[in-house]
Amino acid sequence: MLRHLGQYLLLMIQVFKKPEKKSIYLNRIFFEMDKLGLDSIGIVAFISLFVGAVLTIQMAFNIDSPIVPIYTIGFATRKSIILEFAPTIISLILAGKVGSRIASEIGTMRVTEQIDALEIMGVNPATYLIFPKIIASMVFNPLLILMSIALAILGGWLSGLFSGLVGSYEYVYGIQFQFQMYDVTYAMIKTVVFAFLITSISGYFGYYTKGGSLEVGEASTRAVVVSSVNIIIFNLLLTNLLLA
Amino acid sequence: MIEAKNVSKTFGDHQVLKNVSVKFEKGKNNLIIGQSGSGKTVLMKCLVGLYEVDKGKILFDDRNFSKMSFAEMKEIRQEIGMLFQGGALFDSMTVEENVMFPLSMFTRQTLEERRDRANFCLSRVNIVNSNKLYPSELSGGMKKRVAIARAISNHPKYLFCDEPNSGLDPKTANVIDKLINEITQEYNITTVINTHDMNSVIEIGDKISYIYEGQLWWEGDKTTIMHTDNKELNDFVFATELTRKLRK
Ligand SMILES: Nc1ncnc2c1ncn2[C@@H]1O[C@H](COP(=O)(O)OP(=O)(O)O)[C@@H](O)[C@H]1O
Ligand SMILES: [Mg+2]
Repeated sequence: MLRHLGQYLLLMIQVFKKPEKKSIYLNRIFFEMDKLGLDSIGIVAFISLFVGAVLTIQMAFNIDSPIVPIYTIGFATRKSIILEFAPTIISLILAGKVGSRIASEIGTMRVTEQIDALEIMGVNPATYLIFPKIIASMVFNPLLILMSIALAILGGWLSGLFSGLVGSYEYVYGIQFQFQMYDVTYAMIKTVVFAFLITSISGYFGYYTKGGSLEVGEASTRAVVVSSVNIIIFNLLLTNLLLA
Repeated sequence: MIEAKNVSKTFGDHQVLKNVSVKFEKGKNNLIIGQSGSGKTVLMKCLVGLYEVDKGKILFDDRNFSKMSFAEMKEIRQEIGMLFQGGALFDSMTVEENVMFPLSMFTRQTLEERRDRANFCLSRVNIVNSNKLYPSELSGGMKKRVAIARAISNHPKYLFCDEPNSGLDPKTANVIDKLINEITQEYNITTVINTHDMNSVIEIGDKISYIYEGQLWWEGDKTTIMHTDNKELNDFVFATELTRKLRK
């Protein structure tokens, strides 16, 4: 455990060394945004719409009381989406999708000596492989989460409307009721931290893979598990820090 | 010339290299031979600095490589080309991009110049009309040849080949051997080749170093190796019926 942490920190020092050629790194960052970010839009959109829909229905059933106004449903849906569902749950989904991809890509490069080939050429493999992924995710994931918030709220509106549980007017009023920009800021801070955790941890497990294809599979599983656990732990820490 | 002086390397409690001192000469195919597991790959990776040596030093034309920082090593590494056992081509890049990669990273050449150089190197290894293919679309022999093209694209002074013809049929293996031999002489490169293939030994063994259980056991060339009375080397060289017949 401590040995992993030490090795991880040393790797991060390597990763943030000065890159060889700026133009190449810029290209790599855009390439990774495409592979890690754009490729995730579909799954994030799908999950957000449906979870937003379910959240609204659940709120409606739970707040089924004559003294609580209907718009509270919209308000509560919005709060839970912005504060928790979009930044945390979607980041966990991304840990699964992006984390396993990164660990298996880098792990395969390790066991097939592609990383050695980079090093022989005089390229710093840690910077070349991991840095663009970290930056791409830290820039792109906030956009994914913003999209997720919008679509989840839309999903809630649709389900409220079609189930007849919440009227359009009440829902939209609830969505805007006591809106605090800080909630979004808090969500974005969490997202950026989680993006760093996912990419750096998965990069770490891929980079130190030893053996063959079996070990690449193990590295990728471990990357997902360890990033997810860290997301949960940092979620608690950040919430204490930012909201308390 | 590349020189290893008293190099030792241990993994855990397993000493893989034991006080190895060996020289590799310019313009020659310097073969490191030995049984599988004898430490050839480890020695090569020590030579190029992928593994840090525990003891001893590595000299590239009298420059002490083993004492250098990453930045200083980088200078020498740009003079090194290496062919890995499986080719180690970058999966996410096309053949052409693979060969251009060292140039893109370390030269200020334009795309045109880089592409010209890549095409030249690819034609040198007889790969044509495959520029846009990905490594997964190539046969084993083609991968090796593209890897050679990549290794020579930035005009290396030193070329390292780890089992260049393992996993290939005898004919393709011979093509690869000849190619490495030609390139070595044409550009006067110091070439180091790991192999356990007796065909290569007989074909291109200008200088041969035999590694036995992590020690330098014998040195010679393709003629002297046929008449040695070193027992372990004999066991290795004349392990098959074919080579035994050859001696007679
Ligand atoms: N990274 C490593 N960690 C631990 N042991 C290793 C490592 N690399 C090689 N070895 C061990 O060193 C010995 C020599 O391996 P190697 O140099 O690959 O042999 P070969 O002569 O077939 O190339 C083997 O016993 C191998 O298990
Ligand atoms: Mg080997």
